[in-house]
Amino acid sequence: MINLHKDHESLLTIIIVVFLGLSTVIAIIPAYDMQEKVTPLPKGLDLTTSERNGLKIYISEGCAACHTQQVRSIAMDNKWGKRPSIPSDYYYSKQRLSFLQQSPSILGSERTGPDLTSVGTRQPSDDWHLLHLYNPRIVVKESIMPGYSWLFEKKKKSAVSEKDVVINVPKEFMNDDKYDIVATKEVLDLVAYLKSLKQVDLYNTSSPEFIPALTKKEAASIANEANNLPDGEQLYIDKCSACHQLNGEGLGGAFPSLKGSPIVLDENHDLMIQIILQGYDARAEYAVMPSFTDQLTDAEIAAIANHEKTSWGNKAPTISEEDVKKVREYLKTLTP
Amino acid sequence: MKKHLVTIIGFLLFNSSPIIAQTEEINTDNWVSSPGVIGTIILGVILLGIFTLITVIKTKKTIHTYYKISRLKNITTIEEDLLSLEIPEIGQILENRKKTEKVSLDEIEKNLISPYIEQLINISSRLDHQDIDEILNERYKVLSYSLQQNELGSDKSPNDDKGMITYVNNDLGNPIYDDKRSEKIKLKTDQELVKIVITYIGASAFWLILGTLIGQYIGMKFVWPEMDTISWLSFGRLRPVHTNTVFWGWASLAMIGLGYFVISRTSNQKIYSTKLAWRSFWLINATLVIGNICLMVGINNGGGEYREYIWPVMLLFAIGLIITAINYYKTIATRKVKEIYISNWYILAACVWTIILSIIGYLPFTGLGETIIQGYYMHQGVGMWFMTFTLGLVYYFLPSSLNKPIYSYSLGALAFWTQMLFYTLIGTHHFVFSPLPWWLQTVAIVFSAGMFIPVLAGTTNFLLTMKGSFKSIGDSYVLPFLLVGVIFYFLGSTQGSFQAFRFTNYVWHFTDFNVAHSHLTMYGIISFLLWGSIYALLPKLTGHEPKQINIGLHFWLAFVGLIIYMFSLMIGGTEKGLSWIEEEAFINSVKLMAPYWLWRAVGGSLMFLSHIIFALNIYQIYKKWSINKIEVQ
Repeated sequence: MINLHKDHESLLTIIIVVFLGLSTVIAIIPAYDMQEKVTPLPKGLDLTTSERNGLKIYISEGCAACHTQQVRSIAMDNKWGKRPSIPSDYYYSKQRLSFLQQSPSILGSERTGPDLTSVGTRQPSDDWHLLHLYNPRIVVKESIMPGYSWLFEKKKKSAVSEKDVVINVPKEFMNDDKYDIVATKEVLDLVAYLKSLKQVDLYNTSSPEFIPALTKKEAASIANEANNLPDGEQLYIDKCSACHQLNGEGLGGAFPSLKGSPIVLDENHDLMIQIILQGYDARAEYAVMPSFTDQLTDAEIAAIANHEKTSWGNKAPTISEEDVKKVREYLKTLTP
Repeated sequence: MKKHLVTIIGFLLFNSSPIIAQTEEINTDNWVSSPGVIGTIILGVILLGIFTLITVIKTKKTIHTYYKISRLKNITTIEEDLLSLEIPEIGQILENRKKTEKVSLDEIEKNLISPYIEQLINISSRLDHQDIDEILNERYKVLSYSLQQNELGSDKSPNDDKGMITYVNNDLGNPIYDDKRSEKIKLKTDQELVKIVITYIGASAFWLILGTLIGQYIGMKFVWPEMDTISWLSFGRLRPVHTNTVFWGWASLAMIGLGYFVISRTSNQKIYSTKLAWRSFWLINATLVIGNICLMVGINNGGGEYREYIWPVMLLFAIGLIITAINYYKTIATRKVKEIYISNWYILAACVWTIILSIIGYLPFTGLGETIIQGYYMHQGVGMWFMTFTLGLVYYFLPSSLNKPIYSYSLGALAFWTQMLFYTLIGTHHFVFSPLPWWLQTVAIVFSAGMFIPVLAGTTNFLLTMKGSFKSIGDSYVLPFLLVGVIFYFLGSTQGSFQAFRFTNYVWHFTDFNVAHSHLTMYGIISFLLWGSIYALLPKLTGHEPKQINIGLHFWLAFVGLIIYMFSLMIGGTEKGLSWIEEEAFINSVKLMAPYWLWRAVGGSLMFLSHIIFALNIYQIYKKWSINKIEVQ
């Protein structure tokens, strides 16, 4: 009979063998299984060289400390992606980074900032990303994210060439007429990586379902209660205010103002709905606006449009869910 | 005790099997049958069971005592009554009896003497009236006795005829804090070992100051995000510097240093090789210096928590750890006592497990395989290294500070094996609802509940060791640290288990609640227990104590700071989670945290301040010790 209290050799052996055994069962085998059995999605794309370099910047700056990249299978995560994340989503991004670095831990464990699973869909504009990375408070006033000014170069205006990507920093954040802020290759790679973050469509429709929230959401704000529309203000803050700002005034040279905008105030609201649905990239002086066709329902678009039409001094007639539906169907007929 | 716990394990395992089978599809209907809720119910049942048991035993005892008393009452009432008479009553009776001396006995019995005296005489044949008078007279004397204040000759003025008094103290103490018992024992220890222990602890204090300075700095960045725009001081780069420095610098070095003493002492043997101890000391410190510089310039292993150092750097730590393990093992193997003391089980296992762990942690898995390893690694890093090692230290320092043996040796062994069995399996509870396999998450959650067993076994053991000695906790400057550590061990670990359940995860995961939990455990448990051990050991090794008020300041600043830190983030984290469930705009969850982050910075400042005092205390001991050492030579 082994007496562990007196026999140090047996004690050491048991400690090692049992722990190794448990570790193999709970970590090594499942990890190996995950690694070998998971295949990329048919529509998934490998990262380009630039995007992969961007991922390396993402890791070395420690972005994963505050940003998750996983849409969990619970209702509250629905806002970060159309479907819960599946192992195949990470096939390309979670390859080993380099000889010295392991596969990046991008799933994250804290959500101090928003989840980035589909930030490329939410925010496809280069200008927004660059401004935001230079100093997040230019575009999101309450943000507590650090600015990454060392990923930019301060160049004399005379030295700026055509190839340089100049970002349009508002005066209150840089009051120096002689210099321009120019994006470095690193930050352009990082933006390329962030823009590549999109959820890939699954071929078959049997994607995992979200577990519903514990409490049913309180219906609508008072303004929209009659029409049974969701809370337009909250939706606006979430989806629109990063560019158009909370006060609706946008940012000069990057994002147009909605306050007093002829398109918003127009009684014929078809163009406004069309822009929200399809996105907008017609004016060179402004950044690209993404399409919201897949991201917002008719009711949500109507709620946002109504919020824009009745806030910040805007006074225009409101619209209904039906109006959005009509435009959406009309647009469908144009693109077969 | 052991039998009960085995039943509980069996109960948990038995209950978990149907859970695993039925979680293929989950919706709100299934919430009630989810492992988290079932676990909670089981715990509730256990708690109720214990409660009922206690109530039944207590009630039975009460009824029993009641009957016993009422039975005895018949016999003793009269004597008791006699004894319970107060002075005026006795005086009255005695006076009456004197007056009525010549009156016939019948009359006395009828009119003047209290009815129970009459009864007494009737019942007890041993007593007559004379006896009663005697008893009453005696009682009168006893009750009316009072001190004259000169019994010890104290109306004379003090005089030292023989010159015996060598020290006169006019200090009356102070009303704010108590004087604690000072350490009188100096252990005879090999001077080389003393040097090793002091150097390890000194280095750990340095890393504690640096690590928490950085922690405090990045905590303040939540309130003032534009404090600086220097790349190597940015939040993303400094965060791992903070965690790795306090992990591998502060806690690990302190643990290993204390471990050398405990192993040598309980094995009654000199350390196998002091040379090896120094080598691992330099390797671990080199890991920290190189690793932190790497992180600050942006060289990072991949962002996985606690393994941010790239592998060539972490290799140095692993070698240092292997050397330490060999050194410990050889010392234990050549021990001069038969038994391997329980502390050595924990310490040796912690080293061996962590070596295995750091190798598995750096295996080149890709895809979500890496994520499984991440969950396994970051949880085991805390559980198998810090928790296991520190428990080993407590099994030595708690009994030795109380000057009595540990309550139950076998409870310690039970906690040891369950710690290994359960802790190893629960890493994936950091990824609940993630794309990792559902069964792996379920196993992790079920065994997180199983963690109650080692935690309860450990806590019970420590508290029962303290039982009966609570007075000495107030007298000691060491025991308050250990007591707080033990209490946090119970609270932090059970809270962690609860947090793993799916329901609670829904609200708390990804919020600042996690940060509160990790500080509750790494700070409340590990750091407090280490401080207690250090303050217990260094005075015994060197014969020098720091100023008691400084130890008290250290304790209270750290304790109050931690409470503020924890509660602000727990409340804020809960509000954040609720805001997400309500599907408010995300920025709201950032805005609502502002006051809580400010309070966190306040708590953090207090904690940091306490570390400066701690380092000063260590420095004071070191200085006295090194001066003394030179004198001896």
